[in-house]
Amino acid sequence: MRKGVRNWGPPLLLVSPTILILGIFVYGLIAANIQVSTTNRHSLAPESEFVGLENYLALLGEDRFLHSLFNLVMFTVVFIAGTMLFGFIWAWMLDKGVSAEGVFRSVFLFPMAISFVASGVVWRWLLNSAEGDRASGLNRIFESLGLGFLQNAWWNEPIWGMAAIAMPAIWQLSGYVMALFLAGFRGVPQELREAARMDGASEWKLYRFVVFPQLSPIALSALIIVSHMSLKVFDLIMSVTGSIYQTEVPATYLWVTLTSNDYAKSATIATILLLLASLFIIPYLIQTWRSEKANR
Amino acid sequence: MTVTEEAPPVSRPRADPAPRTPKPARRFTIGRTLKYVLLIVFVFVVLIPVYVLIVTSFKPPADVTASTSWGLPVRWPWESVAPGGPTGFDNWTGAWAALAPSIGRTFLLAIPAALISSFVGAMNGFVLSRWRFPHADIVFTFILFGMFIPYQAIMTPLVQMKTSLGLPSDISTLLMVHVIYGLPICTLIFRNYYVSIPMELMEASRMDGAGMLRTFASIVLPLSLPGFVVTIIWQFTNAWNDFLFAMFLSDTSGGPVSLALNNLAQGAQLANYGTAMAGALIASLPTLLVYIILGKYFIGGLMSGSVK
Repeated sequence: MRKGVRNWGPPLLLVSPTILILGIFVYGLIAANIQVSTTNRHSLAPESEFVGLENYLALLGEDRFLHSLFNLVMFTVVFIAGTMLFGFIWAWMLDKGVSAEGVFRSVFLFPMAISFVASGVVWRWLLNSAEGDRASGLNRIFESLGLGFLQNAWWNEPIWGMAAIAMPAIWQLSGYVMALFLAGFRGVPQELREAARMDGASEWKLYRFVVFPQLSPIALSALIIVSHMSLKVFDLIMSVTGSIYQTEVPATYLWVTLTSNDYAKSATIATILLLLASLFIIPYLIQTWRSEKANR
Repeated sequence: MTVTEEAPPVSRPRADPAPRTPKPARRFTIGRTLKYVLLIVFVFVVLIPVYVLIVTSFKPPADVTASTSWGLPVRWPWESVAPGGPTGFDNWTGAWAALAPSIGRTFLLAIPAALISSFVGAMNGFVLSRWRFPHADIVFTFILFGMFIPYQAIMTPLVQMKTSLGLPSDISTLLMVHVIYGLPICTLIFRNYYVSIPMELMEASRMDGAGMLRTFASIVLPLSLPGFVVTIIWQFTNAWNDFLFAMFLSDTSGGPVSLALNNLAQGAQLANYGTAMAGALIASLPTLLVYIILGKYFIGGLMSGSVK
């Protein structure tokens, strides 16, 4: 390869505005966020001093924050289980050659195109907590099907409430996981399937021993992506319940603290969220980077 | 919906679509019937919220009672319950009146945000794949990282920055933010796109001593349309549906449609759910149309954000 500034100068110059802007707005702001989180800037007053990890210790010892973390965990577990389950089942059914496959795929995937704010409008109605004669939404369906015992207060339930909040998220993102899995199914070489059939494998064995094992990288990606989305959940909760204590997660708690100008606290919550997200981002980036190198 | 034709990236046609091994007729019947029944049940379940949205949006407030909440409207949308009372159509006109100004603003936000990020992303993708420089991979990872951070991680200083610079609480601030945070994914999509298409012409032009910008403008850009369609759709949808930045950086008088819709819906009691639901349908229409018409590119963007 030819070397020298003449060769690598222009491309570096072309990408440098992006490097600069992202340097400021991603890396610079993350640094600023961490800096604010180590001060006692709890109001609009500009004076503040360094307090070290005090905010972190206070937050991690605070019932309200722990409650929001518990909510987040509950939401995440149900959300992941639901999207992975439906995504996988749909992809599997569609993989086995279905006529009008495109129609099914489009229907399963379309909720992705809608905002959480818009779908929140209808889910707030579906998850209406009134029961009996006053029941509407899903409770009314249960009532009229004679399944009245299934009626519940949905997100108003004290412990399981967040599982109800995960339902709209599952509705919205299962199609996405389906698309990921479908790409995985289609990536299994046809020869491999044919070979297994030649060997007399039944349809079930073909999937169990030939196709499914090939899907584990996809399942891992899907898991990482969905968990990462789950950490950030904000729109959905704001539109279904508003920012209330019962359904509070760190992202909505941050909204409450930031809008009341408690900058130090909101920055502390943000740093914790970033650390949680890093658990997913960093392995993903390393993996991407490695496969890049391998491909070159 | 027309996402069916022309196999989106998700469903690259299998190697041999036609002659699959014939199966015994019996299994064919039972197994397949069961599968179709199950699939159709799933379709109905997925469409329940859509049914509720449409049906409720055409009911006058007095007809949205708990006992009739799942039923079809009992009167035509231009008829009212009591003479002179509100009709089903009033939901729609009310929602439109509440959302129209913000819908205009959201177009002014989402279209430029999509175009600018896409263009810069195309240039970045080009130099990170086809006109490389030492350590381009490190630069790429540096850029990519911005795509994965939870935006909450930068929200506090961003809000502080907005306050101290006196930036307005309207779509101009949001435009800047969407352009900036759209750069990583647009760069990623274009980089992967340029890697995937053969570019002998570009190599030839480079050998002939053509400059980088000239090569980009005269050879690479004309080949980039599919990449642009994917990034523009992606960015447009994201900016249109965004609620997080809208909440933190704008207000209802100058913000996008998501904020106006939330305002309309949060005020809704059971009585005027119809207006909120009509509003949700109106606000979703642009992105839904994009999905229906350009579905395969929509999916293309979706996938590039994940399994590259």
